[in-house]
Amino acid sequence: MSELRLVVCMKVVPKPEEVRVDRMTWRLDRARARAEMNPPDMNALEMALALKDIHAGRVTILSMGPPSFEPYLRLGLAMGADHVCLLSDAMFGGADTLATTYTLAAGIRKLGGADLIFCGEESSDGATGQVPPGLAEWLDLPQITLATQVSLDAAAGTLRGRREIFGGHEVLEMPIPAVVSVKAACNEPRFMDYRRKPWAFETGQVTVWDREDLNAEDSRIGVAGSPTVVSGLDEAAVRERRREFLHGTPDEIARALLERLDRGA
Amino acid sequence: MASSIYTADEERKTVWVYLEQTDGRLEGVAVELLGRARLLADQAGWPLTGLVCGNQVGHLTEQAFMYGADDVWVADHPLLADFTVDAYAHVAFSALMHGKPSVFLAGATPNGRDLAARLAVRLRTGLNADCTDLRFDARRGILISEVTGFGGGVLALLEMPDHRPQMATVRAGVFPTEEPDPKRIGRVVKVPVDLPAETIRTKVIERVRGQRVDLTQVTALVCGGRGMNGDFSSLEHLARLLGGKVGATRPAVDEGLVGRERQVGQTGVVCRPKVAFVCGISGAFHFVVGIQNAGAVVAINSDPDAPIFEFSDYCVVGDVSSIVPALIEAIESRREAARV
Repeated sequence: MSELRLVVCMKVVPKPEEVRVDRMTWRLDRARARAEMNPPDMNALEMALALKDIHAGRVTILSMGPPSFEPYLRLGLAMGADHVCLLSDAMFGGADTLATTYTLAAGIRKLGGADLIFCGEESSDGATGQVPPGLAEWLDLPQITLATQVSLDAAAGTLRGRREIFGGHEVLEMPIPAVVSVKAACNEPRFMDYRRKPWAFETGQVTVWDREDLNAEDSRIGVAGSPTVVSGLDEAAVRERRREFLHGTPDEIARALLERLDRGA
Repeated sequence: MASSIYTADEERKTVWVYLEQTDGRLEGVAVELLGRARLLADQAGWPLTGLVCGNQVGHLTEQAFMYGADDVWVADHPLLADFTVDAYAHVAFSALMHGKPSVFLAGATPNGRDLAARLAVRLRTGLNADCTDLRFDARRGILISEVTGFGGGVLALLEMPDHRPQMATVRAGVFPTEEPDPKRIGRVVKVPVDLPAETIRTKVIERVRGQRVDLTQVTALVCGGRGMNGDFSSLEHLARLLGGKVGATRPAVDEGLVGRERQVGQTGVVCRPKVAFVCGISGAFHFVVGIQNAGAVVAINSDPDAPIFEFSDYCVVGDVSSIVPALIEAIESRREAARV
């Protein structure tokens, strides 16, 4: 078998706890939030690097976003990836899942395909987990989502993976190429390799492709390729609670609490 | 803009709900969705259809009628015995292309999400995932999906003006289970299943289902966070006494203190217990979302300025390691007294 081609889709997100809403303009104020690599994407990268450790091969990090993503993606090179490919074009902005998965699929085709494509289970800003199966659909590949571990039989060309389901797990086997969505916190992402650091942050290869490079249809990317539109924003109707503070010794508080819960709630 | 496989002009004015089943039993979220979909369909005077896929699942139709379906499309086939996204997407896609519904709703379970995401791309339509509410603009026939905006406080309303079906997923516990009407009847439609074995690329090698923790149905919820300093034993004790279950924040789950199925909040479970105890949790918005449907919320936190107190009925500023044991003792001694 020729060299194993592993692609990891990664995304830079603002730290969710630092995003604030400007109550005057109703805009999300992401500017003051620090960015980070979407945490489950790091687990996806680790899973790919672990397969590279066993089978050798080439790990490509694929991302869609602005040029400001680049330093975050280079961290992946320092961890052991070989190549970063950033899909960047002003026209890619405002993409919903359909347009995002179309664009990522176009990036993978442009790379010449892949044997395995890894994604984090979901992004911490969107948190809907729709990208990995959507990507698999565009590429007409089998998938395993919420995978906690995988093993590859390179000779047979099959992937076996364990996935979480309600109240248990299942083990699936499928031919490669395939798409794997990786469960958050299922492994311990490695530290960067300091010997790789100068290369990773200075001379390491980052390819940037725009919509023309991808030969993408304008009607399928960004806002134009997104069926969903935001028709309104609303303040979350936070339910009014009593906010009654209970005081005293722990025993007094416990009794007061039980009385109140008996009474009404 | 590129259009969907079938367009708004070709749609049939119906609402469809995907009736997810596991081992021949309807998922709770499917029943919850039927209740809400009935309401939406009635606003427009449209019929409501359920779609169920599986092997020998015809018995589920009656339950679907009781909870509001006018008809149920049944795709029954031996190769649908185990859920595989390949088989289920193949069969559901062909049913959708026959029925061309305007709206198609599914539960945001692990398998429901996989199925919905693949179908949305196959149909070249949009998918509003993990909605916190669904409304209907009956005049325009447009589904309005509410999703919580990132991090806090904002709800975005999303719609799909031109693409069909209008797809949305909703997590378990977001909608209540409506009262069934045992007298309601409906029509069963058998879906012809053309499913070549080679459609299914994944093989299920092993499937293990243990006891399933379902926080969406509990009446008492006892939640802990990082403030528990890694020890959930007192919370488990309290939950047992109350006949309830333990839940946790995302950081506590990430630390491995409890299983992922116990994560409460925006990316976990939305619960509707009668009472929720929230212990050692500061109260980030994405957690609070998970308890906003609780009857009463009790918060215990050593920080008097913790945001959680804004979202609580009864607020205790104090150390969980002394308050929770006092609460356990008070409940136990009261039960002793009742027995005497």
